[in-house]
Amino acid sequence: MQTQPTSAKPTNANNGVNVEALLGAREALTQAPEAARFKWRASSEWLNGTHGRTTIDKFFGLGEEQQHRVSFQFDTDHPQIFASEDNGATPVEMVLVGLAGCLTAGIAAVAQNRNIQLRSVKATLEAGMDIQGILGIDSDVRNGFDGIKVHYDIDADASADDIASVVAQSQKRSAVFDIITNPTDVTVTVA
Amino acid sequence: MRTVPRKTSRPRTGIADVVVVGAGHSGLAMSHRLNELAIRHVVLERGDVAHSWRTERWDSLRLLTPNWMSCLPGAEYDGPDPDGFMNMDEIIDFISAYAEKNQAPVHTGTTVLGVEPHTSGYTITTDRGDWQARAVVLASGACNEASVPACAQDVPDSVFQITSKDYKSPAQLPDGGALVVGASATGLQLAQEIHASGRPVTLAVGEHVRMPRRYRGRDVQWWMLASGLLDQCIDDVDDPVRVRRLPSPQLIGSPEHATLDLNALTAMGIRLAGRLAGIRNGKAQFSGSLRNVCSLADLKMRRMLNTFDDWATTSGVLDNGAPAVELEPTRIGNGVPLGLDLGSGEIRTIVWATGYRPDYSWLKVPVLDRKGQLQHDGGVVAPGLYALGLPFLRRRKSSFMHGAGDDVRDLSNHLLTYLDQCAARPASQVAFASSA
Repeated sequence: MQTQPTSAKPTNANNGVNVEALLGAREALTQAPEAARFKWRASSEWLNGTHGRTTIDKFFGLGEEQQHRVSFQFDTDHPQIFASEDNGATPVEMVLVGLAGCLTAGIAAVAQNRNIQLRSVKATLEAGMDIQGILGIDSDVRNGFDGIKVHYDIDADASADDIASVVAQSQKRSAVFDIITNPTDVTVTVA
Repeated sequence: MRTVPRKTSRPRTGIADVVVVGAGHSGLAMSHRLNELAIRHVVLERGDVAHSWRTERWDSLRLLTPNWMSCLPGAEYDGPDPDGFMNMDEIIDFISAYAEKNQAPVHTGTTVLGVEPHTSGYTITTDRGDWQARAVVLASGACNEASVPACAQDVPDSVFQITSKDYKSPAQLPDGGALVVGASATGLQLAQEIHASGRPVTLAVGEHVRMPRRYRGRDVQWWMLASGLLDQCIDDVDDPVRVRRLPSPQLIGSPEHATLDLNALTAMGIRLAGRLAGIRNGKAQFSGSLRNVCSLADLKMRRMLNTFDDWATTSGVLDNGAPAVELEPTRIGNGVPLGLDLGSGEIRTIVWATGYRPDYSWLKVPVLDRKGQLQHDGGVVAPGLYALGLPFLRRRKSSFMHGAGDDVRDLSNHLLTYLDQCAARPASQVAFASSA
């Protein structure tokens, strides 16, 4: 049962999201589902110790090779309490970067589509992890997070329920939320 | 329950203006209308009238709509309990009596094997001879096959599997725990009765539609009808594809008018898990999205109840009615399971309450999309080919018994125009192939 949010909203919200383009893409890709098949890519190189650098540059989509406007680099490392040099965020923190980025982008898009003007969207994320798992101390403890808590503080021209609804819809449509909450088949090969 | 006598004396094959496939409530409602319009037609039915209700429903099922809503063109409920909910025998009797009263030209025991375009309409092949018709109405139902996810093949052999289509009662199941997959009306009803039978239930919950049975002293179906929600047209919704795929709302028709939601199930000891994401090495994996799907459903329910409140205020209909109440959000405890070892013996049964789909394997007309879904515009499938009784075919109420009347009226008017055009043209110009 879908009933649209009812609270009064401005008629010209602008969150900087081109919803018409997104809806147009949705329409076009419904007609040409092959073009909807994307491949996201990263290449990484070990530097020293636990310090590595990952480069994001090209991807595939809409039936052809695509390229970011510029190439992006991300350093990952571990903090000094792990006897590392702390040259970058830990890889597990990069997962939180991905989740926050994805959910927040979704909130902006959904709010735009529902004509809700956002003034401020702030999120804090916290993931629990028992490192007995990765250290091999207790095989009953998983390596990864035992849970993620995301808290949003949102200032917008909408009721509390309508804001909650935007956040819920963003989770429903989020790729990273899906990647984290559902299993994904991973193939690792070595040359 | 009543059995309509088989009309074996009727000709087994022949020519008709219209062939209606299926003698459920939709097909019979169309037949009633075609009788009014004096259009020559037959209704082909693989079993007896109301076949699916006789053979493909579980024993305890009752309609989700109160009796006073159980109406078809020219027939209304006139029994002693307008606020009650029909059980299977009562539904079968209601539909059978309707067929008898209308003297519907039903050919029972006649399975349609193929429908294909013909120079002047369609050829309908059955196991009891062929028919030629100008037009065909597909009223064969939306629930012919149980939809089961591909991961069902990864379930260990030690676990008994059954779909909601084959499920009748808990007595069919081995003792021990059961995993019910799906949180529509079906999933919740089966979870409740299986758990009550002493088989501890885990319920895998994906996106769902929550609503209370009663709100402010009225049945929720009354609110949906009175406020205009059930009459909402497919052209007026933002995402027709999505609304046509919505699971049935979490409702049960019980003499107690009880609300059946996830809170009611957890209160009786049923364990909730997220959507079944897959099965790997004998282990069921559940999505970590349970909280969000519940919060989506809670928010949508609140929005719907708010629209009822607004409507009640505007229309003044409930000036002395019960006040608006806030329903408790869905309770999700800590320790929601993310995995379950299906080989441990804890789970002895998996019940797939993962929806249904129509079977159009016999439809030899190019009207299915790449996912096998029937393409249609408000039930108009192709020249002279119509569909009835599918979810949100034309209106939100389209798949309900009380929704058949309006759809039948609209589509029969279209059909009448089509037949008039056929009559005015040489036969060769009305073939499907030349007009498509």
